[in-house]
Amino acid sequence: MKQFLKRINFYELVRPVGQMLTFSVGSAVCMSVIAVVLALILDQTYIGADIMEKYRVTLFTYTMINLPQVVIDGLTIGFVYAAIALGYTMVYGVLEFINFAHSEIFAVGAFVGVEFLIALGSAGVLSGASLPMAYAYLTLAIFLGMLAAGGLAVTVERVAYRPLRGASRLVPLISAIGVSFLLQDVIRLVEGVTTGQFNRIFPTFGNFDARIIFGKLAMGASKITMGISVKSIIVIVSAVLMLVALNYLVNATRIGKAIRAVAQDRSTASLMGINVNRIISLTFLVGGLLGGAAGVLYALKFTRIDPFVGFFPGLKAFTAAVLGGIGNMTGALLGGIVLGMLETFAGSYMGVFTMGAAGSEYKDIFAFSILILVLIFRPQGLMGKHVGQKA
Amino acid sequence: MSKSRNSVFKMMVAAGMTLALCGSVGAADKAIKIATQSPLSGDQSVVGVDIKRGAEMALEQLGKPLADMGFKVELAPFDDQANPDTGVANAKRIVSDPAILAVVGHYNSGVQIPSSEVYHTSGLVNVSPANTNPKVTTRGYLEVNRIVGRDDVQGVVGADFASAKGAKTAFVVHDKTAYGQGIAEFFKKKAEENGIKVLGFEGTEEKANFDALLSPVIAGNPDVVYFGGMAYQAAVLFKQARERGYEGMFLSDDGFDSSDAAGAGGATLTSGGGTFYSTVSGPASVYPGTAKFIADFQAKYKAAPQPFAAQGFDSMAISLKAIENAAKANKNEVPTREAVAKAVRELKDFKGITGNFTFNNIGDPEKALYFVIQVKSPDPAKWSENEVVQTLEIAPPK
Repeated sequence: MKQFLKRINFYELVRPVGQMLTFSVGSAVCMSVIAVVLALILDQTYIGADIMEKYRVTLFTYTMINLPQVVIDGLTIGFVYAAIALGYTMVYGVLEFINFAHSEIFAVGAFVGVEFLIALGSAGVLSGASLPMAYAYLTLAIFLGMLAAGGLAVTVERVAYRPLRGASRLVPLISAIGVSFLLQDVIRLVEGVTTGQFNRIFPTFGNFDARIIFGKLAMGASKITMGISVKSIIVIVSAVLMLVALNYLVNATRIGKAIRAVAQDRSTASLMGINVNRIISLTFLVGGLLGGAAGVLYALKFTRIDPFVGFFPGLKAFTAAVLGGIGNMTGALLGGIVLGMLETFAGSYMGVFTMGAAGSEYKDIFAFSILILVLIFRPQGLMGKHVGQKA
Repeated sequence: MSKSRNSVFKMMVAAGMTLALCGSVGAADKAIKIATQSPLSGDQSVVGVDIKRGAEMALEQLGKPLADMGFKVELAPFDDQANPDTGVANAKRIVSDPAILAVVGHYNSGVQIPSSEVYHTSGLVNVSPANTNPKVTTRGYLEVNRIVGRDDVQGVVGADFASAKGAKTAFVVHDKTAYGQGIAEFFKKKAEENGIKVLGFEGTEEKANFDALLSPVIAGNPDVVYFGGMAYQAAVLFKQARERGYEGMFLSDDGFDSSDAAGAGGATLTSGGGTFYSTVSGPASVYPGTAKFIADFQAKYKAAPQPFAAQGFDSMAISLKAIENAAKANKNEVPTREAVAKAVRELKDFKGITGNFTFNNIGDPEKALYFVIQVKSPDPAKWSENEVVQTLEIAPPK
C-alpha cells in the first residue's frame, strides 16, 4: 500500500484542480466586473430607467442579483466545452491537424448513452429505480457513451487519417470534414431506420431534475430563487474528475510521457522505441472517451439531442481550444471555461443592456469574435507557445 | 468473369429501360400527379409525415371519380426538410413535371412563401393544410389557397386568452422564422393593447442551452411565457424554465401542437400554471366529420394522427375535386394548371372532414376555426387527448 501511495504523483492530481479553480474564479471575477461596470454606466442612461420601469430595480441591482446564477450556468457549459476541447487539442498536439469529426464523435457518445437509457426506460427499469440505482444507470450510460465514442474515434483514425499521414496537411483536414458529414448522416439513417425519430429525449429519472435551493432574493416586485440543479453538479463534477484523470495520464505516467514524446517529435520518438501508431491511436481513444462522456452529460443537462447536436458544441469547443492555444491541454481547459462564461454572460445581460435590441440570440457573436481576435493578435492562443512550423 | 457479369448487367439495364419506356408511353396521356411537400425527415417530420399520410389516404378513398374518368392519379411526395432552400428546389422540380396539377403542402410558412413563388410563376395550384403566416395569401396569388386560419388572428387569440387568464406581464420568445416571429409579433401587439406588460421579446435559434435566455425571464417572473415557434424548441425551453423555478403559465402556438412536445417537456408541461397553445387545427376528434378518418388512419398506419393530418386529407380532397371539375369542363381530358387553379377558387361550400370550405378572393377560407388547447398529460401517446378550452370561428381580417 505504502509502495503504491509512493508511486502516485500527488502534485499532478492537485495541480489541475488548482488550475480549474483559478480559471473558474478568475474568469467569473473578470466577467462580473465587466458586467457590473457596464451596469453602473448604463444605469445613468435611458436603459436604467427602462429596467426601473419593468422590474422596479436599478440595473446595478438587477445585475448583482442575477450574477450568481449566471456564473453557475457559465461554469456548467464551460466544463462541457473544456471536455470536448481537450479532444481537439490532444489530436492537434500529436498530429497537428484539426479533427473536425470530433463533434460527431461527441454526438455518437450522446446517442449511445441516451438510447441505452431510453431502452432501460421502456423496459420499465428506470421509473422505479432507487436513487443509487439511478446513479448507477447514469454512470453506465456515460461509460457506454465513452466506449462507443472512443472506439469510433480509433476506427476513424485508422480508416480515414492514418492512410493520409504522409500527405499535405490540408488532405486529412478535408478527410475529417468528410467523416463528420458521413457520421451525421449515419446517425440520422440509423435513428430513422430503427426508431423513426429525429429528436431523442433524455428520459426523466432519479433526482437529476431536482434543484438545490440556496435562497430567495427579493428583486422589486418579484422574487428570484437561486440554486443549482443536481444535473449541473453532476456535469461539473464528472468533467472535473475526467480532466484530472486525463492530466494525470498525460503528465505523470509512462504512456503520457510517450504521448508527449510523439507530440514533440514523431520520428525521434519512434527511434527511442515508442510505437508511434499505437500512441496516436491511444490519443484518439482518450479524446473519444472524453468526447463521448461530454456527449452524455450534454444530453443529461439539455434533454434533447438530434443527429446534428454535435455541430455547435463542437465548433465552440474548437474555438475554446484555439482560444487557449491549440495543442496545449491547460489552454483547452482555460479556453472552455472562458468561452462558456463569456457566452452565458453575453446571453444573459445583452438583452437587458441593449433594451432588447440585441438579445441572447447574438451570444454566439462573442464566441466567434473571440476566435477572430485571438487569431489576429495572439495566434498561438492564450497559453500556447509560438512554435516554428514543423517540417 | 467480370466481363460476362458486365454484359449481363448491361442487358438488364437495357431491358429495364425498355420496360420503363413502355410503361410511361402507356399511361402518359391520362396520367395526373398531385405533389405533397412537407418535412418527411428532420426534426419536424412527426407532423410532416402525417400531412403526407393524410393526403395519401384522401387519394385512396376519394380518387375514384377521377379513375372512372380514365385518369391515373398518383401521389408525388416531396421532402422539404422544413428548409426554405430545399422547398424551393423541390418546387422547381415539381413545376417542371407537366403531370403534376396540384401541390398539397408545406408545414412551415417560411418554406411555403418562397416555394409558392415558384408555383405562381407556372400557374400551379397550391392548397396549404397548415401555413398560417398572413403573407401566404396576402400576396394575392390565384394559385395559393389555405384551409386554416391566420397568425394575425391566432396571435390575437393567444393574447386575448392570456388576458382572460388574468395575465399582467408576459415574456415573448420566438424562433426567428417567418412563422414564429410573425405570430409572436401579433401576440405582442395585441397583448400590449390589452394592457399586458411585455418584459422582453427575444428570438433564438438555440435548441438546447436556454440558460442565458432564461436569466431575464426568471428575473422578470412574468405571468405568461409565450413562444412563437415549433414544439421541439418550445418544450425544451419550457422544461428548463420550470427547472429554474418558473411557476407561471406557458403559452404557445400551433407549431407546439405535436406529441414531441410532451416527449421533451414531460411533466413540466402540466405543473405550475400549465401549458396552453392556440391552434388553427384542433385535435382530429373535435371535428364532426373525422371519426371515420381517425379509425381509418389508425388501421392503416398503426398510430393516432398528428395535428394537420386531417387537414392534409382535406387539402388533397379539394385538389382532387378541383381537378375533376376542371377535367369535366375540358371534355374529360387532362385540364390545364390554370383551369385547376380557377376550379379550386370556384368550389363553394366544399364538404371536407374539418369543415366546409369556400375560399375568398385571396385564398383564405371565408371562416376559420381557432382553438386554445391545454396540455393534459405528460405522456406523448396521449397528446390527442389534450383538452380544448376555447373554440372561436373568425373570418380572416380584411
